[in-house]
Amino acid sequence: MSATVKTLVNQPYKYGFVTDIESDTIPRGLSEDVVRLISAKKNEPEFMLEFRLKAYRQWLKMTEPTWPQVKYPPINYQDIIYYSAPKQKPKKLNSLDEVDPTLLEAFEKLGISLSEQKRLSNVAVDAIFDSVSVATTFKEKLAKEGVIFCSISEALREHPELIQKYLGSVVPIADNFYAALNSAVFSDGSFVYIPKNTRCPMELSTYFRINTGDSGQFERTLIIAEEGSQVSYLEGCTAPMFDTNQLHAAVVELVALDNAEIKYSTVQNWYAGDENGKGGIYNFVTKRGLCQGVNSKISWTQVETGSAITWKYPSCVLVGDNSVGEFYSVALTNHKQQADTGTKMIHIGKNTRSTIISKGISAGKSQNSYRGLVKIGPKANGARNYSQCDSMLIGDNAQANTFPYIQVQNNTGKVEHEASTSKIGEDQLFYFSQRGISLEDAISMMISGFCKDVFNQLPMEFAVEADRLLSLKLEGSVG
Amino acid sequence: MIIENSEVILSVRDLTANVDSNQILKGVNLELKAGEIHAIMGPNGSGKSTLSKVLAGHPAYEVTGGEVIFQGQNLLEMEPQERARGGVFLAFQYPLEIPGVSNVDFLRVAYNSGRKAKGLEELDAFDFDELIQEKLDVVKMNPSFLSRSVNEGFSGGEKKRNEILQMALLEPKLAILDETDSGLDIDALKIVANGVNQLAKPDNATLMITHYQRLLSYIVPDFVHVMEGGRIISSGTKELALELEERGYEWVREEEASEVGV
Repeated sequence: MSATVKTLVNQPYKYGFVTDIESDTIPRGLSEDVVRLISAKKNEPEFMLEFRLKAYRQWLKMTEPTWPQVKYPPINYQDIIYYSAPKQKPKKLNSLDEVDPTLLEAFEKLGISLSEQKRLSNVAVDAIFDSVSVATTFKEKLAKEGVIFCSISEALREHPELIQKYLGSVVPIADNFYAALNSAVFSDGSFVYIPKNTRCPMELSTYFRINTGDSGQFERTLIIAEEGSQVSYLEGCTAPMFDTNQLHAAVVELVALDNAEIKYSTVQNWYAGDENGKGGIYNFVTKRGLCQGVNSKISWTQVETGSAITWKYPSCVLVGDNSVGEFYSVALTNHKQQADTGTKMIHIGKNTRSTIISKGISAGKSQNSYRGLVKIGPKANGARNYSQCDSMLIGDNAQANTFPYIQVQNNTGKVEHEASTSKIGEDQLFYFSQRGISLEDAISMMISGFCKDVFNQLPMEFAVEADRLLSLKLEGSVG
Repeated sequence: MIIENSEVILSVRDLTANVDSNQILKGVNLELKAGEIHAIMGPNGSGKSTLSKVLAGHPAYEVTGGEVIFQGQNLLEMEPQERARGGVFLAFQYPLEIPGVSNVDFLRVAYNSGRKAKGLEELDAFDFDELIQEKLDVVKMNPSFLSRSVNEGFSGGEKKRNEILQMALLEPKLAILDETDSGLDIDALKIVANGVNQLAKPDNATLMITHYQRLLSYIVPDFVHVMEGGRIISSGTKELALELEERGYEWVREEEASEVGV
């Protein structure tokens, strides 16, 4: 396209730095011994080791899924480091003053302040560096309400009964290849428990950071909302720039009991590789929420901008009568990124409702696919679903696909699906220019307009950030 | 209106330009002074619309020769945004639809981009709202259009009125109207023409590109130029347009041929 647009500088990935910090890293490769070693390093209870071993043995029998619309060279699972943690522990940290200042600095650089004075005013943060949770803010304040917000390792020590009851209850260990791998080797993650009739007084947030070059990152997040409780949770992710690909296989499980509500938002900005597709994160993630109770609600909002490959379908299993599942997604791909993402809405209970709003933006030579399943089970009388999948193409070399699957086994169900494709073209941009509007503003206005329905769902602090992030990602791509 | 010794707004000399390496403009000469309204007429494919896009800086058109001076500045060296902020306005023949971007946001960002370039403070949403309400009157537009997406679902006439609304807001030094009359019914044409007439001032210039004489009955030009084969082959006053309407473009071609022959 025009030289003017091309000369716009492509904004470099500004989170690409590596923090120099001494780590406790185990040798490459995966075996039963490695699984035992990880469990031992974390002083886990026996049941956890059993869980891991069972998952590992299942994993050995499984094969990688090949159905996604993505291409990558085979992954050598024996060439990955399965555990890497910043040294200094294991003693439990009593205050942030005990956290290695280099780590605090690293998070500071990412715009996540963990120090007491500069914290985001109404957001509690759990910061996870490589595989280990380094700090959780506002813990005491939350504890007063009975809310538990800590790393999953800590939860294993302090609340093993909750972990034993719920871990693997939404995503069974053999659910899929990556979930099984995660169940065997996960190193840390966040744990949230909201007691009965409690509205969590602040946003909870986990910030994931990969630092080590050859390490995989396998976090596990578990959120339990007891009857009548409410929580809003946000995760953010970044990684340094490496020439090699890194594997990120996380599992997130949500459980909502009667009348409970969980809102889970993600701003994913893992390193996406360079413009020739070298490097970047393989983001193979299993996220699922179980609306177990009546009138419960689980809402996923995701803004996916990073990763070389994204394979991710945050889903809702609507078991409780009148329960509600929502999925709001913006997935942006540029250069040679590939994304195959969407959701599954499984209607089991009566009068269950689900909404899917998916916005895919593909620029450069990227490939962006929406894949979604809406299933209305035989007992789901009066179930309803509305899906809307919009794709926007930028330039002439990007690809967008939509793969909607609909299975209805109950004739009282109602399923609606709408889809559209649009394109930001040279003439539209010229129209903006001719009115004196800069290209940056033009693209940002069009993208925000396109993503409005999804951004409206994000907590306010992050909506602005997400908007900016998308514009930065697209700079120089219109050509 | 013709004003003696008024400032030259636009001066085009021997302008040549290509699209996809086909030469479309083959040496255009044109001068507009402050206060004047010019009309360029000509058959399809004569290069009229190309001229308007080249002046506005559309990236698909490659200038291969000649010069364009706009208020003393070399227009061809300026980015399209700079040209716009400097006072060049193009009312599009086919205004583009911008889904998801509200008309009022578009107008405000456009207006503020111009202010910023002039070192003026940007207007906030409230002050801007007052300003735009005033401007709506120029084209008798319903305020409900402000909250709709730019041109999305607008009728042909509404789109053209929206162009003139933008022109009223941005107050250009040089307004280029590309086939603004096409697709308008007579009522809409009157509203649009009325808007353009209100906006023509002693310190700006208007260049109308049109196929038909019809528009010129409502916006009366000071000068009429006939374009053919990428050049202006004949210039005159408004009477030229009437004669064209009566005798067709063939007549000008013959005239020119006989002149060349002499």
